[in-house]
Amino acid sequence: MAGEAAQTAKTLVDHLPVLQVVVPMLASPLCMLFARAGLAWAIAFAASLACLAISIALLATVVDGGVISYHLGGWEPPWGIEYRIDTANAFVLVIVSAIAALVLPYARQSIAAEIEAKHHALFYTCLLLCICGLLGVTATGDAFNVFVFLEISSLSTYALVALGAARDKRALTAAYNYLIMGTIGATFFVIGIGFLYMATGTLNMADLAERIAQLESNRTVRAAFAFIVVGIGMKLAIYPLHMWLPNAYTFAPSAVTAFLAATSTKVAIYVLLRFSFSVFSPGFEFERFTLLYVVLPFAVMAMFLASIAAVFQQDIKRLLAYSSIAQIGYMLLGIGLVTATGLAGSIIHLFNHAITKGALFMAVGAIVMQTGHTAIPKLAGLGRAMPLTGAAIVTGGLSLIGIPGTAGFISKWVLVSAALEKGWWPVALLIVASSLLAVVYVWKIVEIMYLKPAPQTSVGEAPLGLLLPTWGLAAACVFFGLWADLTIDAATDAANGLFGGGFAAR
Amino acid sequence: MRHHLILRTITKLLVAPILMFALYVQFHGDFSPGGGFQAGVLFAVAFILYGTVFSLAQVQAVFPPWLVHKLVALGVLIYAGTGVVSMLLGANYLDYDVLGAHPEHGQHNGILAVEIGVGVTVASVMIAVYYAFAGRPPTISDEDW
Repeated sequence: MAGEAAQTAKTLVDHLPVLQVVVPMLASPLCMLFARAGLAWAIAFAASLACLAISIALLATVVDGGVISYHLGGWEPPWGIEYRIDTANAFVLVIVSAIAALVLPYARQSIAAEIEAKHHALFYTCLLLCICGLLGVTATGDAFNVFVFLEISSLSTYALVALGAARDKRALTAAYNYLIMGTIGATFFVIGIGFLYMATGTLNMADLAERIAQLESNRTVRAAFAFIVVGIGMKLAIYPLHMWLPNAYTFAPSAVTAFLAATSTKVAIYVLLRFSFSVFSPGFEFERFTLLYVVLPFAVMAMFLASIAAVFQQDIKRLLAYSSIAQIGYMLLGIGLVTATGLAGSIIHLFNHAITKGALFMAVGAIVMQTGHTAIPKLAGLGRAMPLTGAAIVTGGLSLIGIPGTAGFISKWVLVSAALEKGWWPVALLIVASSLLAVVYVWKIVEIMYLKPAPQTSVGEAPLGLLLPTWGLAAACVFFGLWADLTIDAATDAANGLFGGGFAAR
Repeated sequence: MRHHLILRTITKLLVAPILMFALYVQFHGDFSPGGGFQAGVLFAVAFILYGTVFSLAQVQAVFPPWLVHKLVALGVLIYAGTGVVSMLLGANYLDYDVLGAHPEHGQHNGILAVEIGVGVTVASVMIAVYYAFAGRPPTISDEDW
């Protein structure tokens, strides 16, 4: 029977945690029902603005350490599904919905050039489902619910990637590849959840955390942790499990690449954080060893090997995709340090990399729209033909390297200081050394765009509809590089909340 | 299929009972095993059978693809909309207690509405999948084998 709490009338504010997920969920079938591109875009854009407003309101409510718990259907946790908002997930909700609100105005003109007209309404339907899934994964406090929303976002992502087929047929194999790999990842994840349920008899994260604390030597619980790390590792493209990512990012429509690069791997990182620090705890010896001896080495390998791979790419989207794998390495490095500062570094980099890569992929989308290709040798002289797009790529590139004054610098600074705080100066040196590789691949783009003579073709600047969102994110890279207090405070709060025992401590 | 008199006759006889059984599974779902998923699949089976035995064109004349696509979306809207209604009535999302005069009546109404949403979407998704596969032009025509 539902609890008594349900009997008292609620105001709109009480419903914000669930509205965050329900708004895109309702908007998505509406887009399909009306099936007109212009109307679908308007619905999707309105929904994304509503999501952004809700997520900001949620972050403002929980930023001083509060927790909001929302009981779906009025069923008390641990029996019912609970949405649980604290600083860590409110921060990720803001990232996802802010990127969505910037990608949608961008998408209108970008997909008009890249996707067949009959698919436009379906594109917005899928994009909204993807947003709904990512927000749901982040908002929920129920382990199985995470899996359900992860599948909602993944399935719609496969369809979104496949829509790139109008520009390049290889999008179909990329999407199929991603489908197989993503499904294997999701299966591993749900096997892990199944083991946890078998060992504890509960699916609520806070309840799981309490019960796991007494079951540390239990083999089922250890196997569950291993399966969850591998499963979610597939989704977030941990170094050796990244094979789906370069093709998916390269062949997806530009707006989709910008959205996915900025949000989906970030949400997967959040899930890893939530399971490592809220459901399981770093006091769990098996977990500490896994993070230290498995995740950390692979993170460092990603930083170097993926960056080296990026240097040799001949396609700008693929180059940036490999760079994403390397940047995911930095986020995992922060987790692998298992300290509050390291976690803060990961969370800040989550945000900073989201805006950096979002800006870069959007700028590349503008190039695709004006020239129709992404091969690096063909970009010669584009810096002068498209000065604003070129400048956005340079700004994003500087942030990717971590030049002082850009957002990328802040996150690398926090990560380096986290490594030094632990006395691990070789790790700090590795962070700096791998940044030099970023200099190489960013320079490769800059050199060809600015220093090579332009061929005799007339390419104009991209339309404002693409430039404004791109520059919104590029300006954010600089803004959060100069005024970093906002992100550092929120990320430190979130990290302390997670590291201080997460749910169990409350 | 022109020659298969038995197949065609049996199919014509079976379509109506299959649809009836689907509706039974749908609406009896809260008293006996069943519910929206099973009912939706059964409902779709009637159309798939009809389309397989007669032709895709004939089944699409009864249930045009554009309508299938609208219904896919409509079912989700019914489900999510039920939650919004309970929210508007002052309870949590998907709390069925407020959907009737008595909490138990409310729960009956709520589960019925939600299951109808599931049924509509599952049936139309199954049919849409069938249309998508059956509507593909064969890569090798039958004569070339």
